[in-house]
Amino acid sequence: MANARVGIAEAAVVRNPDSVTTLGLGSCIGVAMFDSVNRIGGLVHVMLPSSSLSKTKDFNAGKFADTGVPLLLDMMLKAGASKARIVAKIAGGAQMFAIGGGGDSVLRIGPQNTDACKAALKKLGIPLIAEETGGNHGRTVELFCDSGEYEIRAIGKEKKRI
Amino acid sequence: MSNGMPRLDAMHLDVLREIGNIGAGNAASALSGLLGTRVDMKVTRVMSMPFNEIVDFAGGAETPVATVYTRFDGSIAGNILFVIGIDQAMALIRHVTGAVEDDGISEMGFSVLQETGNIVIGSCMTAMSDFLGFELLPSVPTLAVDMAGAILSFSLSEIGRSADEAIMIDAGITPEGASLSGGSGRLFLLPDPESFGRMFAALGVRIDG
Repeated sequence: MANARVGIAEAAVVRNPDSVTTLGLGSCIGVAMFDSVNRIGGLVHVMLPSSSLSKTKDFNAGKFADTGVPLLLDMMLKAGASKARIVAKIAGGAQMFAIGGGGDSVLRIGPQNTDACKAALKKLGIPLIAEETGGNHGRTVELFCDSGEYEIRAIGKEKKRI
Repeated sequence: MSNGMPRLDAMHLDVLREIGNIGAGNAASALSGLLGTRVDMKVTRVMSMPFNEIVDFAGGAETPVATVYTRFDGSIAGNILFVIGIDQAMALIRHVTGAVEDDGISEMGFSVLQETGNIVIGSCMTAMSDFLGFELLPSVPTLAVDMAGAILSFSLSEIGRSADEAIMIDAGITPEGASLSGGSGRLFLLPDPESFGRMFAALGVRIDG
């Protein structure tokens, strides 16, 4: 079994028996997609909620929820997954630092990312069947293509599979 | 790919290094006063790196670190982080309180880390502000103890609006008590891409592109 690793603003699609992982999600979201018949799984590491936040015309599609989620779906379909069978699970979207007055919106980026990923999935008609989002801690995630299970690991917490 | 980062030549890097040295030097002497020990300062480095390399550079995405974070606005904007490894954090707490933290970090321990970060970041910002002649408006510094990747990727999200890489000014600041466990505390300065032009202009250095 091989393990593909996805960095910030990157996406990858793998097949059974492989897994795909991304390390140290904070306010970012790991959006996982899975087709249980072909056992094709994909993961994108989204950093920001909307490409409208981009200050440049050209940007890396994997960085934003509204472009990264469609990018991953496209990669899944190209790999042979069936859109009717693809389901999604998401993890991350933490608020890493307590807000200390001022209400700077950048500190609330985690919850905004969570909402934006959900909206992007809904727009594409991909059901979100499980999530492990929010809180104030970092997460490492891994999607296993043999089972479609999405494992979440955090410091000082029990390993969790959704 | 996005290309929102300014192009910097050797002279620009020297200028940024000098800004880093002034900030980190002041931070080190303030910390030395607080702790009553020598504080070792390592030469400042300036690097332009893709986000994922920054995370690796900080010790790896899953490595637990204690970090005090501040965002500053004003004439120039960006993020500043004081990052130390967990072993060093424990050694620092032990040095200040005399207590051994054997069951995770206590409330008192968190306070020590928070206060250390406040001093380091506050004195660094004051020195930079004086040097550049800008008023900098910092947010209240906040502490998190978690995976380095989770903390750093959050602090890169504003820069992510214009680039896939960041120019990072990195200085090592290690109090003698905490250096017993090896490694060094790090002061990371991550200005927003749009702020470099103003920083150079304030010092009479030209920048193109």
